[in-house]
Formats: sequence, structure tokens, C-alpha cells
Amino acid sequence: MRWDHTEEQPDRDARIPEVRPDRPEPVIGDAGAANTVLTSGARLYVDHAHPEYATPECASARDLVVWDVAGERIMEAAGRRAEAALPPGSTVHLHKNNTDGKGAAYGTHENYLVPREVPFGLLTRHLLPMFVSRVVLTGAGRVGSDAAPEASFQLSQRADFFEAEVGLETTVRRPLMNTRDEPHADPDRWRRLHVINGDANLCEVATLVKVGAMLLVLRAVAAGALGDPTELEDPLRAFRTVSRDTTLRATLPLTDGRRVTALDLQEGLRDACADLVAREGARPGEELVLGWWTRLLDTARADPAALGGLVDWATKLAVLEAYRERHGLGPEDARVRMLDLQYHDVRRDRGLHHRLVAAGRVVRLTTDAEVERAMTVPPENTRAWFRGRCIARFPDAVVAAGWDSVVLDTGAEALVRLPLDEPGRGTRARVGDLVEEAVDAADLLARLGGAPELPGQLA
Amino acid sequence: MAGTERVSRSGDVPRDDDVVVAEAAAPARELLDGVEDLLDEIDEVLEDNAEEFVRGYVQKGGE
Repeated sequence: MRWDHTEEQPDRDARIPEVRPDRPEPVIGDAGAANTVLTSGARLYVDHAHPEYATPECASARDLVVWDVAGERIMEAAGRRAEAALPPGSTVHLHKNNTDGKGAAYGTHENYLVPREVPFGLLTRHLLPMFVSRVVLTGAGRVGSDAAPEASFQLSQRADFFEAEVGLETTVRRPLMNTRDEPHADPDRWRRLHVINGDANLCEVATLVKVGAMLLVLRAVAAGALGDPTELEDPLRAFRTVSRDTTLRATLPLTDGRRVTALDLQEGLRDACADLVAREGARPGEELVLGWWTRLLDTARADPAALGGLVDWATKLAVLEAYRERHGLGPEDARVRMLDLQYHDVRRDRGLHHRLVAAGRVVRLTTDAEVERAMTVPPENTRAWFRGRCIARFPDAVVAAGWDSVVLDTGAEALVRLPLDEPGRGTRARVGDLVEEAVDAADLLARLGGAPELPGQLA
Repeated sequence: MAGTERVSRSGDVPRDDDVVVAEAAAPARELLDGVEDLLDEIDEVLEDNAEEFVRGYVQKGGE
């Protein structure tokens, strides 16, 4: 079963007015086994020489955490299997991180469904200060800097690598605000906001707040609840300033002449979101996120070091400093760099983050049982349910699958491509019985009420 | 935020709405509580030949 690239248009740019192109021809002959969809609806593939896991679509931040952690377990299991296939004594190391400390960086991408009518320019103006300031909570921490030799520890793994405010690129001249416009959904209704500036988090609280605060802010932008955007004079420079300041006290110049800290910016956003939720009601999961966002901000305000055990950069820094003191090491000693790296090792018996969790020193939000389940079962309330359950129930009939499609071989002459244009459809509530009761793919199609024509024929 | 906490502790997957953060939610111990034990474990688990490992850790850049 292969990935369905039919609708992909990675070069479409959100800043350019749309001319809807003709429906592209299906792409055949992809990487094969190196590109697959799991029964959880997640995608597992090789991207630019890295194994990459993409979670299924989730309807809440907490669900996202569950399926993200499930991805870590999948990678851990894959690493162990690969190891078993190698000569005795071989080891496979997999790290959930974003830089090798040698000038290469690779992203952790967040993707948010946003109503198409929200103007992209407005999103940009509100999100730039959000991206810059959230680093104080969401940064994974790293030793050293590619750009500033004097910065011996940074909050963000990726700050050194961002060189533009707004743009389409993802591998060079990386922009804080990425303009890729490839919704994998009905493009008249939806935008997929593609966010590339975040770090990979191991602390589950950090992942929850990273994603959950973004969801809240996006809701607030769409509702017009944020007032005028706060405008940083130089967002790129501010991103680096925040990354290099472990005291969280550095001030950032605004275009109106004021200076504010990252915490000031975060608290302003949090306040506006909390007010909106109080006025118009909380959507599922928002109370949980607001609670943690508030707790982290209050903690950071009182004493940044107290974020240790809650967020990655502070946890890593505290452990690094204690380790350096025991052994009398300089800030960029090889063993310090090793610690920085091994913090991100996905093996639960060797990865330093996981050893901290095992010792009860770091807060977890998920249970092992729900994470294990999420390795093979999709979220129930998004189209991932339909995708994942089709693959689980009819693995031989699913010829290809993508974010917005499942391609079935029902035994008829032509393959059938089922579009999944709406991320909120294909849920267990809507189609669950159909998928679970169908005896085969042909029966599934019949129950779904007939087959849409496939444009052209696949070989 | 309110201090109530309802957490599903059965074998079921906790529903999102059922889990509300408690003011008092905390890890079992402080991060650096008994730090010597922590550092002992790190010494044990940290890769030998840190210098070699770190030098050899070179990745291709990606998206």
C-alpha cells in the first residue's frame, strides 16, 4: 500500500491569489515500503534521510499528545527491530530532536486546520509574536550555538536556523511563518497552517501547551478576540534573543516603542484566550490547556528554574548544570554535548528524558495503556478513523491512502478513490458501523452508497 | 484555574473532558531531589566515548 500523492501541491503559496489548477495526475511508483500509513491513521516514512512520523488528525491537544507519544514508541520499536536485523553488538540510536550541533537542522512541523476566510496576513501578524514568545515554554533546549559562540545554552533548538519572517521554504532560509498552502482538504473551506519553527518536545506538558495554546490563539484570531496584533520591531532578532536568555527577562522592542518580555507576550495571549473561553464557552480540551498554560506561565514568572520537570529546556538545563558541577565540566564539554543529545534518545531504558520520567521526576499526562493503544488505533473523532480502520480491516484492498483519500481495489476493473475532503467527517460516530460491518471493500463501497469515478486509470 | 481533579483511573482511555489539571498535580519527586542518585544513573547510562559519539553525530538537514 502506498501513499496517495494525487492532490499534493507543496509549492502553492498562501500569499499568491489562487488560480485553481486542473486536477493533477496521480503519482505512481513512490518509495514503496519507506512510505506507509498505519492502522492508527498515522503516516510513517523517510523524509530527507530521516525517518518521520506524522500523527493522525486529532480534535484536541491532549489527543495530539497521546498520538505523538505513540509515535515515539513506534520509532523505539522500529529501532529495536532494525537492531535485531544487524550483526550482533550493533546499536541503533534514534533521537527525537532538531539539530546535530554541526549546522544541520530538521523540523518538527505542526499543522492546524484553520477556516479559509481568516486572512493569512492577519494570522501572520498575530502569530509572529506567539512564535517568538512561546519558546520560553516550548523550547527543547540545546548546548551551544551555530551563530553565536557566546551562547552556551539556548532555549530553542532551531532559532539559529531561521532567516526570514515569512516565506515558502522549509530547508534553507527558513521562515518563522511558513506560507505553504496545501490543505489536504476542501480548499474553499479550509487552510492547513504549516508551522515549522517549533522544537520536538519530550515533556508531555510542553507538547500539550505548544499545540493547545496555538489552537486557542487560532480560535481567538478567527473570532476577532485578540484586538490589534502586537508588533515586534524585529521578530527574527527577537526569536534569537528569547532563545539565548535563560533568565526569561530580556525585553523585546515593539514597533510602538514599548519593550516587553516573552512572558508578557504569552500572558497577554493567554488572557485574551481565557476571556474568550469564559465568554463563549470552552471547546473540549480547552480547559485542560488553559490550566497548564497558566500554571507554566505562573511558574516561569516566579522562577524559571522551577519549570524543570515540566518543560524540556529547563529540565535539560538543570540536569546539565548538576552534571557539570559533579564532574567539573565546561559548558560545551563533550560529555555535556552527549547529555544534550542523549536526552532525546527514544529508548526508554537509555534516553535521559525517559530515565527522568521513570524516576518520577518529570510530569506525564498520558498513560502507557492509552499510548500503546494509539500505536494501532486512530482517534475516533476525525477522518483518521475511517482511514485507519479501512487499513486495519481491508489491508489488501487499500492500494493507496493519503490525508484526503483512500484508494480501494474492490475487485472491479477500475480502482476507486474515496475523497476525504473534510477532516471532521469519517469519524467513528458517522461511519463507524459501516466500516466495522462491511465484509469486504466492495461491500464497504456499496454501504457508502456507490463509487465516485476515478479520473483515469491507475496502472 | 479551579482546583478540582477528576481523572479516569479505570483501564479505559480517559476521555479528554474527564481530565482536568489540578493545582496540586506534580511529579512524584522534585527534579533534583536526591540528585546524587540521578547523576549516578546518568553516569551509568551515558554513552561511553562521548567525544567520539558526538563527533560522529552528523545529520543531513531536512525540512
